[in-house]
Amino acid sequence: MIDNHILAPVFIHLLTAIVQLIAWRKTVTQRFLSIGGTFLGLLIAIRLFTKVYNEGILTMNASNWDAPFGIVFVADTLSTTLVLLTSIAGFAVSIFSATGLSRQRMRYGYFPIFHFLLMGLNGAFLTGDIFNLYVWFEVIIISSFVLMTLGGRKAQLEGGVKYMAMNILASTFFLTGIGILYGITGTLNMADLALKIQLVQNQTLVGITSCFFIIGFGIKSAVFPLYFWLPSSYHTPPSAVAATFGGLLTKVGIYAMYRVFSLIFVPDEFTKDLLMGMAILTILTGAFGALIKTNIRRLFSYLIVCHIGFMIGGLAMFNKAALMGAVFYLIHDIMVKTNLFLIAGVIRQLGGTMDMTKLGGIYKEYPKISLLMALVLFSLVGIPPLSGFWPKIYLFQAAFEYNQYFYVAALIIGSFFTLYVIAKMWSEVFWKDPSSDEVIEDKFKPLPLFRKILLILPICILCSVTLFIGLNAEAVIQVTERIVNQMLDTRPYIEAVLGK
Amino acid sequence: MELLLILVLGLLYAGGIYMILRRSLVKLLLGIILLGNATNILIFVLGSLTKGKPPVIDADFKIFQDVYADPIPQALILTAIVISFALTAFAIVLLKRVYALVNSDDLDDLNTPEEEDI
Repeated sequence: MIDNHILAPVFIHLLTAIVQLIAWRKTVTQRFLSIGGTFLGLLIAIRLFTKVYNEGILTMNASNWDAPFGIVFVADTLSTTLVLLTSIAGFAVSIFSATGLSRQRMRYGYFPIFHFLLMGLNGAFLTGDIFNLYVWFEVIIISSFVLMTLGGRKAQLEGGVKYMAMNILASTFFLTGIGILYGITGTLNMADLALKIQLVQNQTLVGITSCFFIIGFGIKSAVFPLYFWLPSSYHTPPSAVAATFGGLLTKVGIYAMYRVFSLIFVPDEFTKDLLMGMAILTILTGAFGALIKTNIRRLFSYLIVCHIGFMIGGLAMFNKAALMGAVFYLIHDIMVKTNLFLIAGVIRQLGGTMDMTKLGGIYKEYPKISLLMALVLFSLVGIPPLSGFWPKIYLFQAAFEYNQYFYVAALIIGSFFTLYVIAKMWSEVFWKDPSSDEVIEDKFKPLPLFRKILLILPICILCSVTLFIGLNAEAVIQVTERIVNQMLDTRPYIEAVLGK
Repeated sequence: MELLLILVLGLLYAGGIYMILRRSLVKLLLGIILLGNATNILIFVLGSLTKGKPPVIDADFKIFQDVYADPIPQALILTAIVISFALTAFAIVLLKRVYALVNSDDLDDLNTPEEEDI
């Protein structure tokens, strides 16, 4: 069904960013605009989600060019779910940014760039054209470069170099893949590609092309041999920026993988084995890396890598139960990882540092805030009935069913090490008495109440969404099931786009 | 013509990969630029080169009667060039700032421990 409202989540952020550019250097105006813009974006995303959920897949042809020739935008359940989650995370981060960021950064255009980033994310989720996906990826990375380096501290710029080099390389791989794909099929529309790719005589060539996409998206989503840029750059930007990156940017890579490997290249045995090997090693390296880190944000960065492995493993098995687990985990992960980095920012305000060895005694000082954070950490670990628990049931069930015992082992090790590092962090940061020779500089206490609320409110919002996902898992499973059915049977998608 | 372009793009890929494997910041930048250009030529070649056949239908016909040059690869390359132009400009400024701060061209020197700041 054709509906031009699909692009509303993209345009609302574009519009907000432009209005903010007019209000350049007026940081108070920009803050209100940003919170207002993300709130409107959230309402639009909810509306789009319910519409797609009730009416089925919606499409929009740019300039009314028919599907395989023009650029097409498609809103199916997977895209709209991710747009919805992005909007929730964006809303929370924009409230947090209003006080959690230095005025200097706001003066140099933090808010407009943040909205351009959200625009790019929504665009990438909604497009149905593979070259257009590349363009949205570029919008995302150029905004993220600026956010990464805004402020110009030495550590930030150094992290920025690694981040920039790897991301440009990833885009080059992705573009090479698109070029070859166009050479062998002669189309760029993803639904059309799904049909044409089956007619290609030389299927080995198709397999090799898919490797370009694995490498390109693999760098972006930080899977095993390609993840090194993530832990060496994500701890450098301010917490609000790290939250957006940690929660959303790697997940775009995962989304692109799900989309491309369910629609265009349906995984064969070789691809499945390759993805599975990558998934297992990603889980293990992420878990082992997190063990030895004492800086909270570095620890969380390794946990991102570890949990990316869970989602890739689900894709590698490519059956209903495994994909249910992987997609559910994706939904849970976006909310929790965004929240983790916001929590790291608040901990820094409370204790003046992010080094676990120097922190301590936060539970004694702020018991209510600590309990709120504990809920999020429990969800991350996957204590039943919280949100991290349900997807793992599906992943274990699928892994046993298809005899992927190495993956089962990796899942257990990954989950256990997550539990271990979070328990260690809890006792170090919240329970331990702070060492007497360290002077802890509490920046939180002198803040006025309004600003305190603005710092804690986004954590509450994300935490309540996480609780909803965990306690109302039945509803989330229904959404997940619909997503997975659309991934396994792509005919409705192709029919909606090509109108056959 | 195609053979020549294939040789050129092979050289560009080889040179680009060699350059990004070096430890120097400037060579990293050059490597990225070379790889980007190699990709653009690859798309151009894969769109199958046709000379002197514009994709224009004669007034008397409804469909193409002859082989024609595919305009899409050229549109793609144009987009990719513009994007890589912006990215390269950003990369140059970033690397210049890093050089001014670190005062070294060696990528291995980019490992300052974290500073504390919001």
